Amino acid sequence: MSTKNMLFSGFGGQGILFAGKFIAYKGLIEDKQVSWLPSYGPEMRGGTASCSVIVSDTPVGSPIVSNPDILIAMNLPSLDRFEDAVVPGGMIIADSTLIERKVKRDDVTVFYVPATQMASDNKLGNLANMIIVGKLLKEIGDYSEEGLNAALDKVISARHADMKEVNLKAIKLGAEL
Amino acid sequence: MSDKILMKGNEAIAEAAIIAGCRHYFGYPITPQTEIAAYMAKKMPKIGGTFLQAESEIAAINMVYGVASAGKRVMTSSSSPGVSLKGEGLSYLAGSDLPSLIVNVQRGGPGLGGIQPSQSDYFQSTRGGGHGDYHMIVLAPASVQEMAELTVKGFELADTYRMTAMILADGTMGQMMEPVSLDLDVKPAPEKPWATTGTGMAREHNIVNSLSLVPEELEELNFKRYDRYKVIEENETMYEEYKVEDADIVLAAFGIAARVSKNAVDEARKMGIKAGLIRPITLWPFPKAPFKAAAEHAKAFISVELNMGQMIEDVILATESKRPVTLCNRAGGMIPDPKQVLNSIIEVNGGIQ
Repeated sequence: MSTKNMLFSGFGGQGILFAGKFIAYKGLIEDKQVSWLPSYGPEMRGGTASCSVIVSDTPVGSPIVSNPDILIAMNLPSLDRFEDAVVPGGMIIADSTLIERKVKRDDVTVFYVPATQMASDNKLGNLANMIIVGKLLKEIGDYSEEGLNAALDKVISARHADMKEVNLKAIKLGAEL
Repeated sequence: MSDKILMKGNEAIAEAAIIAGCRHYFGYPITPQTEIAAYMAKKMPKIGGTFLQAESEIAAINMVYGVASAGKRVMTSSSSPGVSLKGEGLSYLAGSDLPSLIVNVQRGGPGLGGIQPSQSDYFQSTRGGGHGDYHMIVLAPASVQEMAELTVKGFELADTYRMTAMILADGTMGQMMEPVSLDLDVKPAPEKPWATTGTGMAREHNIVNSLSLVPEELEELNFKRYDRYKVIEENETMYEEYKVEDADIVLAAFGIAARVSKNAVDEARKMGIKAGLIRPITLWPFPKAPFKAAAEHAKAFISVELNMGQMIEDVILATESKRPVTLCNRAGGMIPDPKQVLNSIIEVNGGIQ
């Protein structure tokens, strides 16, 4: 891996920013250069949330991801808005529970993950985001259990330590797809 | 893994201020810098410090004046429209030769403007911000690590030269998270024999004031202040050069614009265009020397800014108009894409040879 430009997007409350932060922390633990930049504008108040995450072997220049290598789309407006921006040969992971249409592009790799349905079936509350994270890690060949534990310790505060187990379960579920 | 943690730029400023010994923070919330106030609200009570949400920005800056008069490290933070409200206070701080730290996490203007990142307060910051002849030391971080380091540096410079230091950031720098090491080197604050800390019936009263009705005396104060500014220009100018030594086209950019520009420089180099970047870290004093030196070999300069072209005037002055300087910009909360900057480079280069 040299540089991975990722864009996470969905509704507020789906844990978009959390998922991005997890990936950034995982990169930091693995001695990569990372940046995480959330959308904070009026669109955030309107219900959509997105964040740019860059994980790289070299220092990160601009932290803004306009053309992602990987797009995580957790709702239809996100796919509509960012599908065309993905670089040719890039990857789109879509939550197919909430996005009924198919990706129109034929020059990108697409994974449809019914993450919201899976979270509900497995009593994982609103952890569809981490199911997608599991799928993402597997597809970029970056899945290892030690790495997961260390990164989760960073993003889950001590007060919510009991949430670590379910997050792990969600990630594993995604990685098994 | 290193001892680095992920932090938002705004949080890094707040934590660095505490590490630098600041125990007094006064502010009023405004996007995109509210995390600074929120962090201070959480931390200050736990360490015996003061966090106070003032009734307005004007009140906050005058509270800063009060604590600065008593010789303690003090700060306030805001975003563009809020900093305009502080303008009077900035001038009074300068007129009273008081050290303080002000943070401006800029957003698009003018007026109430928007809440997206901008660099359109360059003129306001580098030319003082309020009425009268004075400067602030203006520091422009381009990473979360620098947000922390320049905050400490800002307090030190403010104390050393008895003046206001400003961190001039933007919404992106405030909101983004990056790895940061908080193992910061802090020098102890100097003695402040001028502070109004009570005479203990043992010395004359100290007076902190910006009123001076005798013009000869006020002129003398201004002359002395500018003598001090000259020392700062000589000793405290900071900048970063990136691939400048053999560059035909030299970009000038600070903060987030510099990061975008770095990407563009790398892309241009891949195409065989010798591009480079000078990144001012102090906007006042402006780093004139590297621009003057680069004008000896560069064919042209491009000022990359998130405004309608403000720093470009300092670039033209610093290069003594020896080479053409063009502007590559977005405004109103928009950020130039590396491709836009690359296109500017190609255009100024007269195409790709």
